[in-house]
Amino acid sequence: MEKKEKTYVEDVDRSLYDFRNVDEDVYKVEEGLTPEIVKQISKEKNDPEWMTEFRLKSLEIYNNKPMSNWGPPIDGLDIDNIVTYVKPKNNKMSADWNEVPEDIKSTFEKLGIPQAERESLAGVGAQYDSELVYHNVREEVAAQGVIYTDLESAMHGEYADMIKEHFMKLITPDDHKFAALHGAVWSGGSFVYVPPGVSVEIPLQSYFRLNAPGAGQFEHTLIIVDEGADLHFIEGCSAPKYNVANLHAGAVELFVGKNAKLRYSTIENWSKNMYNLNTKRAVVEEGGTMEWVSGSFGSHTSYLYPMTILKGDDSKVEFTGITFAGEGQDLDTGLKVVHVGERTLSTVNTKSISKSGGISTFRSAVVIGPKAKGAKSAVDCSSLMLDDISRSDTIPVMEVNCDDADVGHEAKIGRISDEAIFYLMSRGISEEDARAMIVSGFADNVSKELPLEYAVEMNNLIRIEMVGSIG
Amino acid sequence: MSELLKVNDLHVSVEDGEILHGINLSVNPGETHVIMGPNGAGKSTLGYSIMGNNHYQVNSGKIFFKGEDITELSATDRAKSGIFLTFQNPIEIPGISLSNFIKNAYDTKNGSRSKLWDFRKLLEKYMEKLNMDKSYANRDLNVGFSGGEKKKAEILQMLMLKPDLAILDETDSGLDVDAVRTVSDGVKAFHENGDGALVIITHSTRILESLDVDYTHILVNGKIVATGDASLVDEINANGFEKYLED
Ligand SMILES: Nc1ncnc2c1ncn2[C@@H]1O[C@H](COP(=O)(O)OP(=O)(O)OP(=O)(O)O)[C@@H](O)[C@H]1O
Ligand SMILES: [Mg+2]
Repeated sequence: MEKKEKTYVEDVDRSLYDFRNVDEDVYKVEEGLTPEIVKQISKEKNDPEWMTEFRLKSLEIYNNKPMSNWGPPIDGLDIDNIVTYVKPKNNKMSADWNEVPEDIKSTFEKLGIPQAERESLAGVGAQYDSELVYHNVREEVAAQGVIYTDLESAMHGEYADMIKEHFMKLITPDDHKFAALHGAVWSGGSFVYVPPGVSVEIPLQSYFRLNAPGAGQFEHTLIIVDEGADLHFIEGCSAPKYNVANLHAGAVELFVGKNAKLRYSTIENWSKNMYNLNTKRAVVEEGGTMEWVSGSFGSHTSYLYPMTILKGDDSKVEFTGITFAGEGQDLDTGLKVVHVGERTLSTVNTKSISKSGGISTFRSAVVIGPKAKGAKSAVDCSSLMLDDISRSDTIPVMEVNCDDADVGHEAKIGRISDEAIFYLMSRGISEEDARAMIVSGFADNVSKELPLEYAVEMNNLIRIEMVGSIG
Repeated sequence: MSELLKVNDLHVSVEDGEILHGINLSVNPGETHVIMGPNGAGKSTLGYSIMGNNHYQVNSGKIFFKGEDITELSATDRAKSGIFLTFQNPIEIPGISLSNFIKNAYDTKNGSRSKLWDFRKLLEKYMEKLNMDKSYANRDLNVGFSGGEKKKAEILQMLMLKPDLAILDETDSGLDVDAVRTVSDGVKAFHENGDGALVIITHSTRILESLDVDYTHILVNGKIVATGDASLVDEINANGFEKYLED
């Protein structure tokens, strides 16, 4: 295959995400889930003792929890067939791309990661299957005291106590079955700590690539932005397509300190055999700001509802998201906001697109606590269906326990109009481009929020999705 | 050279009913044709059919452009070969700026990517000519434009894309006195700078003031019932369509 740069070309073809590497000499555990497998993972990862116990406890919870009985079906997913831990061959995390095994390095090169790192990122973490293969942060950022590393090594270092104090405290194994599963078999992910008052000027990015067929990826991201600090973190993910189910059940825990600000951007482009059952949660202290930017394009089935707890007074959250469900995809996304503090503010703006029989469901849950005087929430979601066989739903839930609160919800559901397509075609634009333009236009206020190369990528993804959509 | 556009016994229906019952029309390069007719006669339908809106179904008859049978061609290909239609009701498209939209069409038409700077200068030149505020270039296509502003944006596209045949569907309605003059001048410039032929669908005469009309056609109930020269426009203005209506 000729070499192409992911984010800098006009038309990306699927092969950019679909290439796979043959996995030879990799270390992996048996399929399925038993205490032995969990112990084996724990040993392999050189866990501290508390973590081994935590894993086993989580496994117990997992075994006792029922599957969820709402949302899209996940019958196609059988944990007994999932390999929960796959360690790339000769794995050792490095801060030098030249030390990363050739085929893995070339994977990330095709995805444009080292290039983006040189051009526009303050640090990069790259995970391949279950383990990090690369982690590096710019010197000047490290000099500010910013920690950006893998959780595993951080657990043994200077920040061991901080991790023990925060790890799975926001998302606990009791939350739901897949949070418990995560607690039992998590591996990889990133740890970020930004000290008080430090502003990281350009983003950090972690990229998760799942290569092994029939495997699961369970990375854990833990970010602590201390008082008055400021960070933009980007998460990207993709996988080649296989005809067996893959599972992603990561967890993201974000702690936004007093007057601190965190922007968390995600472009998720899992392949269409992926079950993406991801859990993300943020807690925001007084005067802090949490911003989510989220693009969900891939996976067979998704359950994804980032939650924000506005704990401190005057804390706020902004959520901007887009979901694109194509053929065979059932994407159940949304968000939850819990207003605890006074004058807390939530602003939500989402778009969902469905085509070729895709289903996209948007659930928003806004809870105004009894003490959240003067809280304000504005939720605005629009969906666009590109044909008659696709579905889009919005399911808003509001729970207001405080009479001095202002809560608004607006939903629009529409179809792409033939007249609009004809209008663009009458100017010489092809039908395919006309559709893509209308869809990109619909998504415009979301793509504006993305870092430039991601906005380009999002438009490329839309274009890829639109090709062949003319019946 | 032979005709630019030739419409041969065209029958068109939409949904279940036939709207056009055998239209014949010939337009030569550089000519200006006017089509008048009562509301609902089928004028816009004719414009759509020539442009290739496949919601409007051709039952029989043919359309030739530059000698080629285009009856089966997509709107895209018709536009590429040089046909342009201003819409009676231009469509609002959120998230695409007027400028990006025109640039996209402009580059597609020219088969090459224009330099942004050169493109902007050309666009602004025409915007000035049409008395449009430059800031409109960055606004979403037609979104929140007033009726008159939408019409100007249509003419702007025509000026930029320089088609060989422009069909103007009631471009003058909704424009104030000054705007009609501005637009009329714009149309005149288009006409004079190239060999651009015009088919102007209108209910009024003001847009025609600065143009030399070669032919006037009266369309009633899906048929062209009379064809004359420029004087027919004045006659219709004075007497209306009454004498052409079947009873
Ligand atoms: N998309 C459509 N669906 C159903 N009927 C249509 C459609 N388009 C046109 N028609 C019908 O076809 C007939 C002709 O309409 P058309 O718009 O061509 O008239 P017109 O001559 O342009 O009228 P006006 O002067 O009011 O613009 C009308 O009876 C109209 O209702
Ligand atoms: Mg009309």
